[in-house]
Amino acid sequence: MMDLNLDAPHSMGTTIIGVTYNGGVVLGADSRTSTGMYVANRASDKTTQLTDNVYVCRSGSAADSQVVSDYVRYFLHQHTIQLGQPATVKVSANLIRMLAYNNKNMLQTGLIVGGWDKYEGGKIYGIPLGGTVVEQPFAIGGSGSSYLYGFFDQAWKENMTKEEAEQLVVKAVSLAIARDGASGGVVRTVIINSEGVTRNFYPGDKLQLWHEELEPQNSLLDILNAAGPEPMAI
Amino acid sequence: MEQNRGPIGQRQRCSSGLTTKKSSPPPPILLRSNQKMSSIGTGYDLSVTTFSPDGRVFQIEYAAKAVDNSGTVVGIKCKDGIVMAVAGLAADGRQIVARAKSEARSYESVYGDAVPVKELSERVASYVHLCTLYWWLRPFGCGVILGGYDKDGPQLYMIEPSGISYRYFGAAIGKGKQAAKTEIEKLKLSEMTCKEGVIEVAKIIYKLHDEAKDKAFELEMSWICEESKREHQKVPDDLLEEAKTAAKTALEEMDAD
Repeated sequence: MMDLNLDAPHSMGTTIIGVTYNGGVVLGADSRTSTGMYVANRASDKTTQLTDNVYVCRSGSAADSQVVSDYVRYFLHQHTIQLGQPATVKVSANLIRMLAYNNKNMLQTGLIVGGWDKYEGGKIYGIPLGGTVVEQPFAIGGSGSSYLYGFFDQAWKENMTKEEAEQLVVKAVSLAIARDGASGGVVRTVIINSEGVTRNFYPGDKLQLWHEELEPQNSLLDILNAAGPEPMAI
Repeated sequence: MEQNRGPIGQRQRCSSGLTTKKSSPPPPILLRSNQKMSSIGTGYDLSVTTFSPDGRVFQIEYAAKAVDNSGTVVGIKCKDGIVMAVAGLAADGRQIVARAKSEARSYESVYGDAVPVKELSERVASYVHLCTLYWWLRPFGCGVILGGYDKDGPQLYMIEPSGISYRYFGAAIGKGKQAAKTEIEKLKLSEMTCKEGVIEVAKIIYKLHDEAKDKAFELEMSWICEESKREHQKVPDDLLEEAKTAAKTALEEMDAD
């Protein structure tokens, strides 16, 4: 089992998504953290809180993305105190970008920042590897996102409702999990709007089955003990 | 001395032309011997790091005198706009303005967004206060009226030599500040547009000047409002002329009474 390489750095193969809708944003992610071929954590939470109104989806190196999030959370906390009001999504994204860009040689993490503030409403900012920051109506990232570009080109539309947006995100993560070996587990979503934050959880075995996907099996015992196929009738 | 851009206010220039000349505070020793004022420094006023027995820091009070002896500067926040002005030692003023620009630039480069007026005024105030903490630095001899337009709309702040900074609807510093404040309080600022404000402020300055017993003066005004596209600019010449005329007429009507 040479492929296992348990000493490989923890990376989050990942599928992460951020989508704006009419009134806020929905962030979504899978939950697989891999160390080489071994799944170190099958239920990780890749959507991390920066402030009350801003969250970030992490991909790439687990360590790097955690440390960047921690620094930015700290800076934003101070900033909020000085400002006397919640930080804006734009400022949060810029702080992340500062770290990502200035340390580009040492970091390997792609992030999607999403949140709601009273000036701009719901906003999504994508911050890929080099440290660019791009404001987008929706953003996808992580290894699983490769399989979603065409899907979003077709399925994305402006001014969706909250329910439509969340369904889109869950569907997309689920599709990516089906095709990307480095993504898996459960789907976690975070909805952020003027009213606050709502976290949702979609267990992996409850997701819709796509083409050629098999029913999830919990245990070999269930298969062995199941009644065999009926004998053919002639 | 392009520093002294009046807010929606103006700046009164004394006949000497430079407010600096008139505003340097007399050295403490002379002040003591001329004592007509209520405060006596006697040894407690030699350094900004010394408190007097009654809890005052005289050097800071003397710095405020520098401002009080200079031309009046007035700023008001109308429902749609404002601006920055400096009264006092011009060189000090320049330093503060440079610092303000630098703070604004630095905020923008770190946070990626324009600096909120509140944050900028706090940073400037903090810098002014810094210079009241060490014996090798002297306090700034100038007050600043800072106005700006950010996401939360137009806001007006005033920073004194002590480092105090508050937000105001209307503020005045310099020679005629008491009279100016009285006049400002008569105005209904929340219902006034900047255009109307320009005229009102001109009237106030003309009125004050009368009482100040100075010779000629020059009125300069600048503003930030929707009309100036949310950017600081000198009040357009035609409006300025209109304001001056209206002010002179108002004065004559007063005299005629």
